[in-house]
Amino acid sequence: MPDQPGKSAIEVRGVRKVFGIGDAQVAALDTVSVSIRENEFFTLLGPSGCGKTTLLRLIAGFDFPSEGEILLHGQDIAPLPPFKRPVNTVFQSYALFPHMTVAENIGFGLEMLGKPKTEIKARVAEMLKLVKMEALSARRTSQISGGQQQRVALARALAPQPKVLLLDEPLSALDYKLRKEMQIELKRLQHQTGITFIFVTHDQEEALTMSDRIAVMSAGKILQIGTPWDIYDKPAERFVADFIGETNFLTAAITGIGNGKARATLKSGATIDATVAEGFQPKANATLVVRPEHAKLTGGKGDLSGTVENIVYFGTDTHIHVQLDSGEPFTVRQQNTRSAGCGFERGDKVGVSIGNDAAQVLRD
Amino acid sequence: MASAEEVAKAAERRDIRDRWLLSAPALLIIFLAATGPLLIVLVYSFLTPGPYGDVKWQFSPEAWISVFMERDIFDDTLSLAAAHVTIFWRSIKLAIVTTLATLVLGFPTAYFMATRSEKTRDLWLFLITIPFWTNLLIRTFAVLQIIRNEGLINTVLLKIGITPIQILFTDTAILIGMAYVYLPLMVLPIYASMEKLDFRLVEAGYDLYATRFQVLRRIIFPLVKPGVVAGSILVFIPALGAYVTPSLLGGGKNMMLSNLIELQFGQGRNWPLGSALSIAVMVIVMVALLAYVRNAGQSEMRHG
Amino acid sequence: MASSFSIRHQSGFTAIAATCFVVLYLPIVVLVVYAFNAATSTSEWGGFSLKWFQSAWQNTQVIDATLRSFQIGATAAILATVFATMAALATTRTPPYPGLTFKYAAINQPLMVPEIVTGVALLIFFSRIKIFTGYSGLGYLIAAHTAFCIPFAYLPIRARLENMDLMLERAAADLYATPWQTFRRITLPLLWPGILAGLMLAFVISLDDVVITEFVKSGGQDTLPTYMLGQIRRGITPEINAISTVFLLLSVAIVTLFFFISRKRD
Repeated sequence: MPDQPGKSAIEVRGVRKVFGIGDAQVAALDTVSVSIRENEFFTLLGPSGCGKTTLLRLIAGFDFPSEGEILLHGQDIAPLPPFKRPVNTVFQSYALFPHMTVAENIGFGLEMLGKPKTEIKARVAEMLKLVKMEALSARRTSQISGGQQQRVALARALAPQPKVLLLDEPLSALDYKLRKEMQIELKRLQHQTGITFIFVTHDQEEALTMSDRIAVMSAGKILQIGTPWDIYDKPAERFVADFIGETNFLTAAITGIGNGKARATLKSGATIDATVAEGFQPKANATLVVRPEHAKLTGGKGDLSGTVENIVYFGTDTHIHVQLDSGEPFTVRQQNTRSAGCGFERGDKVGVSIGNDAAQVLRD
Repeated sequence: MASAEEVAKAAERRDIRDRWLLSAPALLIIFLAATGPLLIVLVYSFLTPGPYGDVKWQFSPEAWISVFMERDIFDDTLSLAAAHVTIFWRSIKLAIVTTLATLVLGFPTAYFMATRSEKTRDLWLFLITIPFWTNLLIRTFAVLQIIRNEGLINTVLLKIGITPIQILFTDTAILIGMAYVYLPLMVLPIYASMEKLDFRLVEAGYDLYATRFQVLRRIIFPLVKPGVVAGSILVFIPALGAYVTPSLLGGGKNMMLSNLIELQFGQGRNWPLGSALSIAVMVIVMVALLAYVRNAGQSEMRHG
Repeated sequence: MASSFSIRHQSGFTAIAATCFVVLYLPIVVLVVYAFNAATSTSEWGGFSLKWFQSAWQNTQVIDATLRSFQIGATAAILATVFATMAALATTRTPPYPGLTFKYAAINQPLMVPEIVTGVALLIFFSRIKIFTGYSGLGYLIAAHTAFCIPFAYLPIRARLENMDLMLERAAADLYATPWQTFRRITLPLLWPGILAGLMLAFVISLDDVVITEFVKSGGQDTLPTYMLGQIRRGITPEINAISTVFLLLSVAIVTLFFFISRKRD
């Protein structure tokens, strides 16, 4: 479903945002265009300072773009102040009003919209139920836990039934277990309400597990937009491959291309097939990416050979760091079994075999 | 429809305009009833005194000359105005000594307060805040009752068979009074810096073989120096221009600058001289403030 | 040697601090005690009596001056607080803009000048205006008090504003509140403790002023402090002690209230 192009809820067209003046100008967003579909869980993913929060603030209306348009269902909302946009935000710090109760917080938006009291009451009750906070409706926001505050912030932003809900790293203040719980909760809420969610995070795991589509950002630009599977398995650029999960980079010469496959000759001399994007021209100095779980260590010969440098135990699996004979580092992830040890020791001479379809040629 | 860029620019302009409108009433009343009149004082200091007070609108540098000089009535020669110089010197000296006295007493007091437990600290702060906000006149009056000839000190001295001493109407009386009324002004800013002091640094000092005095001098004092400087300025400025304390405790003979200025607007009927003296006081204060700003800027650079 | 090493100890500091606190309070205690002295002399104890409070209460000059002090103090404090609140809103939580530093300097200017100089300046300025307009009412005192109360009222309001999370106002705007609604429903309620603290500070500062009032007042415009100053200069009677005691009580009450408001954290 998410892969079907639907009607777009938010369309960002050629948006630039420049801070500072004169020589001190910095482009926080450098001509960004993206179309976010209705009912989509869309994630802006990138390291801090990549421009993801700036883009969110432009959509919310806390900042105005220096150039470009932001369309909400076809209408340009870029010049509108935040209180005139049918878009609500869940803030990173929650920004709950400390002088109001939980119920008053949730009802605030509806009250500002001039909704009748009875309607507000009913809607607040509905929201309290949705986020399972009925029992604490009369509490002050300072008297509830972080996880509960998070739910109230969600309910408050959902209560006015916005066209789009913006979430600015809303889970970053929660501890690990609660965060996992809330990830599932958020997916459920999105499904239940049918509202478009735009979610900002720097946590790649969070992005992969929750999103319908992800836009990976770096230095004010969107590098790649795609489903979690696309982003993880078919990274277009080195940055994307590096930022999402762990990756091995190998230098190879591309000698032939055909049928979406490239013939790559590795430094070791071995030749493997790698996935390649359309329009890629053969060249001598290309980069291949191989995920650590897509390679295997063998005692004898493989596509590559090297020496075991370090073995790191992770509980579910073990990472084996290998120094290849070509000088490149390479990591292999091996699922742990009940039998003790991973079968290798530091200093072992090993071979690395790369599975079919495991390698991919990067665009640059 | 206007583009987002134009809207943003217009919003920014409107914001700055609103901020000026919002601050206008405060700025206006301060200009009318504080800053503006100071400029008039400057103008008055260059005019000729009127016969019954006020001024004649005639330029004259005489007031400024007579701040430090005296013109001989017969041959018009100038000589140093001993009375004025004495008063200037007394005021500056008393203000400096008051500052030092409050520092010597206030620093340990602030240290004591800052090293109390979290709970009792507020109580000590409260105890120092009460005199701070109590009417200065009442506190000066309280000191007066203690040090006057029939006051507590002399009564006690008499009881134990020692000859009473004359304190009231001396420079010492002014000093005691000013140190008393301005002490909280010294303690509060030092306490404010001291409260933020990280005592793990003190611990580190002791760990690196410093003695108690070395820790005090090399670690604690440099870190709370901004508070010390702020406190010194807060004491020095009002002490220099003190009016109530010297006029109640110093008597007619031991004038300070404020009394000299008042005299020019009263019996002296020399408003230009009073104005020139006022400007002179301001200049001394400005120099002190400038020294403070420089010092504050430097320590900010060092610690910022 | 058995006791542990205290890193906080400094020899003699506690003794000096104790002395300071005793010295700060002793004269005030003596002053209050003598307010209840039956004797006319202020150096001998003639037994307990409330007669000086009674005589102050029946002294129309005292009552007059007190009422005037309250009238000026209340008016100036309210005006100063309103203006200071507006000025604080205009000078906080903004990137630097042209004139911001000027505003800080202007608002704090009354703190930088010795009172005697301001007093003299106002004497000159207001005497001109009095001749020019013929008006010689309390307006001058109220204007002067408002001006020097503004920086004091500004202090706690600004501090409160700077600690307020700008996100809350953003959140309100995000939830469809117009700028005015945001101010009424979010900013003002959260700023309220700061405003109250500012109001009380301004009131106390106005009530305490001697020097500027002494220079600005016209005949028959004594406030309680200037009345007391005149009386003390003429000679001391325990009636002054009685008035001081009541005044002190009032100050302590206001300061206590202020202390609790400004210490209270949400």
